[in-house]
Amino acid sequence: MYDADKLKQIATASKAWVDKTQDLISKRPERRQAFETLSGLPLERVYTPLDQYDASYLDDLGFPGTYPYTRGVQPTMYRGRFWTMRQYAGFASAEESNKRYKYLLGQGQTGLSVAFDLPTQIGYDSDHPLATGEVGKVGVAIDSLEDMEALFDGIPLDRVSTSMTINAPAAVVLAMYIETAAKQQVPAAKLKGTIQNDILKEYAARGTYIFPPGPSMRIITDIFAFCSENVPSWNTISISGYHIREAGSTAVQELAFTLANGIAYVDAAVKAGLEVDAFAPRLSFFFNAHMDFFEEIAKFRAARRLWARIMKDRFGAKKPKSMMLRFHTQTAGCTLTAQQPQNNVMRVTLQALSAVLGGTQSLHTNSMDEAFSLPSEQAVQIALRTQQVIAHESGVTDTVDPLGGSFFVESLTDEIEHRAQAYLDRIDELGGAVAAVEQGFIQKEIQESAYAYQRSVETGDRIVVGLNRFEQEQAPPANLLRVDPAVRNAQVARLKRLKKQRDNNRVAAALKDLKACAQTTDNVMPAMLAAVRSYATLGEICDTLRAVFGEYRAVSTL
Amino acid sequence: MNDNRCDNGQRPGKTIRVLAAKPGLDGHDRGIKVICYALRDAGMEVIYTGLRQTPEQIVQAALQEDVDVIAMSVLSGAHDYLFPRVMELLKQAGATDILVIGGGIIPEQDIPALKAAGIKGIFGPGTSTHDIVRFIEKNVSRA
Repeated sequence: MYDADKLKQIATASKAWVDKTQDLISKRPERRQAFETLSGLPLERVYTPLDQYDASYLDDLGFPGTYPYTRGVQPTMYRGRFWTMRQYAGFASAEESNKRYKYLLGQGQTGLSVAFDLPTQIGYDSDHPLATGEVGKVGVAIDSLEDMEALFDGIPLDRVSTSMTINAPAAVVLAMYIETAAKQQVPAAKLKGTIQNDILKEYAARGTYIFPPGPSMRIITDIFAFCSENVPSWNTISISGYHIREAGSTAVQELAFTLANGIAYVDAAVKAGLEVDAFAPRLSFFFNAHMDFFEEIAKFRAARRLWARIMKDRFGAKKPKSMMLRFHTQTAGCTLTAQQPQNNVMRVTLQALSAVLGGTQSLHTNSMDEAFSLPSEQAVQIALRTQQVIAHESGVTDTVDPLGGSFFVESLTDEIEHRAQAYLDRIDELGGAVAAVEQGFIQKEIQESAYAYQRSVETGDRIVVGLNRFEQEQAPPANLLRVDPAVRNAQVARLKRLKKQRDNNRVAAALKDLKACAQTTDNVMPAMLAAVRSYATLGEICDTLRAVFGEYRAVSTL
Repeated sequence: MNDNRCDNGQRPGKTIRVLAAKPGLDGHDRGIKVICYALRDAGMEVIYTGLRQTPEQIVQAALQEDVDVIAMSVLSGAHDYLFPRVMELLKQAGATDILVIGGGIIPEQDIPALKAAGIKGIFGPGTSTHDIVRFIEKNVSRA
């Protein structure tokens, strides 16, 4: 970006400055021998044009809304419209969660994000023995279409966008959402939202898998195909680095493993005969906003550039929308401390700011009490207000990619891109993301980073305020949210009644059709919709598929 | 297995054996895996069950592997059912000399009931692995 003469002058001046600074340091040493990011990337004292001498503005950065989208996916970004403020919520029963959604929408939230309980996420009804103790705990319990109707009662599905954190049973839950909308007279073509539908990171980091990789990838490509024709505004997958990072990975690993999974989904869909530009525009991503401010911003920018190049060069995508990496961000739950929990408000603020400076499309800010339990209503309100203050008061939203061109941020963006690319090459050598998970490679990389981080905290090398420095005895917060254990009994009673009232012949026929369909290579979605419409339960539908597909057994990595 | 390590007054000649377990449907295994590494670094033998273990499977594994300690982790809020259930099954099996500890997202007000059920130590977010190692070495009765 500078001509050779100017660079030479800068190099000479730089050398003089370094020498002078070394003298100073020999008298007054810096705080550390060497500085590095949270993920271990080396940090220079200062960055100059010399670090960016070979950068090409148009090839590497371009303009917002132009390839390779380093500076953002839209030309006007937050000058046009703010990101979607979307707080992940859901607990206990559908009725209870419905109340929380209406409260959040009333507080100015602009999209919904549904948390399901673990039995729902793993395809068990609330009356299953393995559901004991888990019903309604980490999210809402959904057993049948009836629960879904209650969950969105009075919420017009043509006017909100809904993100649903559901993976192994994503096809079932999407079918329930489409049928719920149909009851509100809203056609599928008008629905906006996202299903997470990212099974590969479940094997690697999150754990709510059901079926083995082969059939899981088939269901996912069926959803891509079905939605491209019938639910065109729906994000068919949210390829998630969030949970990989929460499980302990570094920023580079988060980015690399997420994009490797993305490559595997595109590969699978292309192999299934789909045209890349028919489904790729609806792929979306989900990243973590962790504690190292600049590293996170650089990660988001590198993610966009890498994905654009992958889609264009590797998959031959033609549509710009196929090359745009659109992403949701959640602040890092694992950075919240149980010690002095009010400090978490500041952590969340910094993390949220990095997501905004990194160009996120939607954002969840964690609540300060989440190291103890699901968030209380008051804590959620502060978290949402944090986003609103950034949006309306800080001024950072009035310029697109305000850190673009910073010698430091651009250098860090390049460094993260190169290191992530090295991982992608390694995963290709192993046979792709599915093979890498089956060999335990991804899991081992993550767990080793997690332990290295823990040790750095325990040796005091890394300071966590209130945890290993500036400690203070404090009583734990009051007013924590508690899920009433009676939720399970209510769900079980509801299931009993449903199974008595519904047309059980119709249910049996629908499940038989679904089974037959699963045994072929036909798209499962039409049979899935019919099963859901008959009020077959989520557990019955998943058991039907278990009988055909079998269940995944995790590899041991310890 | 038969090294003559003698940490914190333990009888020499026997290594502490730990079953690290994930009861229930919770998939958060960062914490338990970090504990596995730390206990191994402290010289213990650690067997990790993997995810989605029923209380029955955990107790059976503990007996089969003849462990001195069971360390369980739950972040889903199901500890209130799962931890006491493991204790009940251990009692039925006559294995009350196994030291049982638990960790995860566990609200303060739940701790008295878990301790009353026989869980000796409950460790929340931010706990140093050294504290867990010391607790085990001090309280283990079978090694």
